[in-house]
Amino acid sequence: MDFSHTEEQQMLQESVQKFVQKSYDFDTRNKIVDSEQGYSEENWQLFAELGWLTVPFDEADGGFGGSAVDLIVMMEEFGKAMLVEPYIATTVLSGGLIGHLGDEQQKADLIPQVMEGALQLACAYAEPGSRYNPANVKTSAEVSADSIILNGSKTAVLNGSNAGKLLVIARESGADTDREGISAFVVNADAPGVSIRAYVNVDGRKAADITLESVSVSADARLGEAGAALVALEHAIDRATLSVSAEAVGAMESLLQKTVEYSKTRKQFGTAIGTFQALQHRMADMFIECQLARSIVIRAAMKLDSTEDALEKTKAVSAAKSRVGSAIRKVGQEAIQIHGGIGMTNELDVAHLFKRITALDLMFGNTDYHTERFASL
Amino acid sequence: MNADFTAEEQTFQEEVRAFLQSEFPAELRAKVDAGIRLSKEEIVRWQKILYQKGWAAPNWPDEFGGTGWSPTQKYIFATEMGLIGAPEPVPFGMKMVAPVIMAYGSDEQKQRFLPDILQSNVWWCQGYSEPNSGSDLASLKTSAVLDGDEYVVNGSKTWNTYGQYADWIFCLVRTDNSVKKQEGISFLLIDMKSPGITLKPIVLLDGHPEVNEVFFDEVRVPVNNLIGEENKGWTYAKVLLTHERTNISGVPRGKRRLAALKRIASETDDGFGGTMMENSTFKNRLASVEIELQALEYSELRTLAALSVGKAPGPESSILKIVGTELAQKMDELFVELAGYNCLPYVPEQFEDDFEGDRIGPGNSAAAALTYFNNRKLSIFGGSNEVQRNIISKAVLGL
Repeated sequence: MDFSHTEEQQMLQESVQKFVQKSYDFDTRNKIVDSEQGYSEENWQLFAELGWLTVPFDEADGGFGGSAVDLIVMMEEFGKAMLVEPYIATTVLSGGLIGHLGDEQQKADLIPQVMEGALQLACAYAEPGSRYNPANVKTSAEVSADSIILNGSKTAVLNGSNAGKLLVIARESGADTDREGISAFVVNADAPGVSIRAYVNVDGRKAADITLESVSVSADARLGEAGAALVALEHAIDRATLSVSAEAVGAMESLLQKTVEYSKTRKQFGTAIGTFQALQHRMADMFIECQLARSIVIRAAMKLDSTEDALEKTKAVSAAKSRVGSAIRKVGQEAIQIHGGIGMTNELDVAHLFKRITALDLMFGNTDYHTERFASL
Repeated sequence: MNADFTAEEQTFQEEVRAFLQSEFPAELRAKVDAGIRLSKEEIVRWQKILYQKGWAAPNWPDEFGGTGWSPTQKYIFATEMGLIGAPEPVPFGMKMVAPVIMAYGSDEQKQRFLPDILQSNVWWCQGYSEPNSGSDLASLKTSAVLDGDEYVVNGSKTWNTYGQYADWIFCLVRTDNSVKKQEGISFLLIDMKSPGITLKPIVLLDGHPEVNEVFFDEVRVPVNNLIGEENKGWTYAKVLLTHERTNISGVPRGKRRLAALKRIASETDDGFGGTMMENSTFKNRLASVEIELQALEYSELRTLAALSVGKAPGPESSILKIVGTELAQKMDELFVELAGYNCLPYVPEQFEDDFEGDRIGPGNSAAAALTYFNNRKLSIFGGSNEVQRNIISKAVLGL
């Protein structure tokens, strides 16, 4: 048994830490959030140079062939820095879907571009009313002799406004929540009929609502077999779910550390508030939450890497997201409470970490969703 | 034992209900329902309507233009206001400084300040907390030094809610450094237009500059703005804090929000072909909140019954503050739960008056996370819930 990082994982971790230290302090990060694009293209190119964009891709596709454990090592550091560059959207989620479903030609067209930092992607699957169920797809794909016509609405599309290409999940057949009949299509973001409403999320990441009105694509835009995309989509979402869970572990650790530090310096009633037992126990509980969250995320990553049993993988991811979600609420709320008024101000990184993890709790399904999913499998 | 209103009280309740139905302006009601923050003018407009009816200051005694209502009548009024979503009076004048002026102010001060508070002609803000004096309020440092017939005030105050609207600020200031910290504090009323006062807005995590830091640089304050005696301010301040803690349970507002949760849940898809109202996990969460609300309501009624027979509000009011605020925060979580992805967009301007265009997501769903963020303040302000627990440990349990 060995829970230590491999040499490669250590290097990856240190490389992210070095980048954050040098180029991603809180003020710089906030300026990036406030920029029009909502992420730094310069950083993105640096990620490409450093090889980070290759991590989730298979070696066969020219990638690094990173394991799930490699991924969580990176994501944890991203979480501490509240990174807003669209790593999950482009590489883990969209990249993962192409890796699973794409034919050789499609992979060769898209994956190298992504790894070089030349192409941004977004996976448009959630819809108004679908909540967290990826099988709930109303967006339609109507096949005719020479084209496929897409119609529908997508919501909460991460990186939707910066992506050059969208992976649109649409239904070719079946009822709204059928598992069969769902396909994925590669659609140019500037294709006629695509309209994008961009916004920034509470955690600083860019997202968009996207409407498709008679968007025409050719049959070779379809990834994989007609109507058979759901399983691959679920796999990709599971990886993304693990990624946000690991991000949350990093962000929570950071919140705990800042809260403990603050309690040592903030004086009330003539003494540091960290000397009050009532607060000490609550910070001890925050620590416990962080540790349990970390453990279950590591467990999920190890399951993804070790088992062939798809059900076991999925259950492990849902268990992680469920447990992380409850840790998020406790750690986040206590961090604000122990900081008191100052924790309420937007000037402090604590508030932004709190907002970040609140968003992470919802992303790819919250605690209730994943607890129910775990129970139903 | 019974928890029924008397026939007279029921008649009163009907009168209040009818009045609110007809007089609470429809535009304001629509805004409240849409989650749009009311402007200063709108809040004042509503207050003046209440003033015309003679209901502006339910908690004031008759002689100052109050209602002369019994505790139960006040409770009924607050409940009906909360149920319809009518904004309560801005507390800083009506509920905080006014009782202090009534109890400890001179006749001249009463005549000078109270009518304008009653008629909502003057907007007050509070000057209690300082950057280094939060829960330990008595450690405050803002100083007032007598120079002729004026105090010269230096220092800063923070968390001034709506200080940007305020005409006057009531302040705790240090007038004696040589004694125990509670004994060197005075209570001063300061005109916000005085030279030397500057305001710095503080943006909270929901993106709204709801509070301010107020700086005092050689601000000259006439000595006749001192309340009561010099160095007795702490005694007066404690009176104010007790008033701050009454009506803090928020049961009526909780009922209104519970109804909203039920309505929204029945309109929200669960993603699997049903609604969230059919989702058993969510239903259980909602039930827990409703049960807690019932326990809180009856705790408040028990306090009310004690008040009605002339007992003073005791440290038990800390229970109402703790449970009321934590329950409100639980409800915030349920709104977030229902909104799901719809509350992720950080677009606070959607809930401003002058926003044009379509909101993201249905109804007020995009506000759910913002409200969840903002309401973290509930367990921090008005004496943090930790301070409230200290009060219960010391004053109730004798620990």
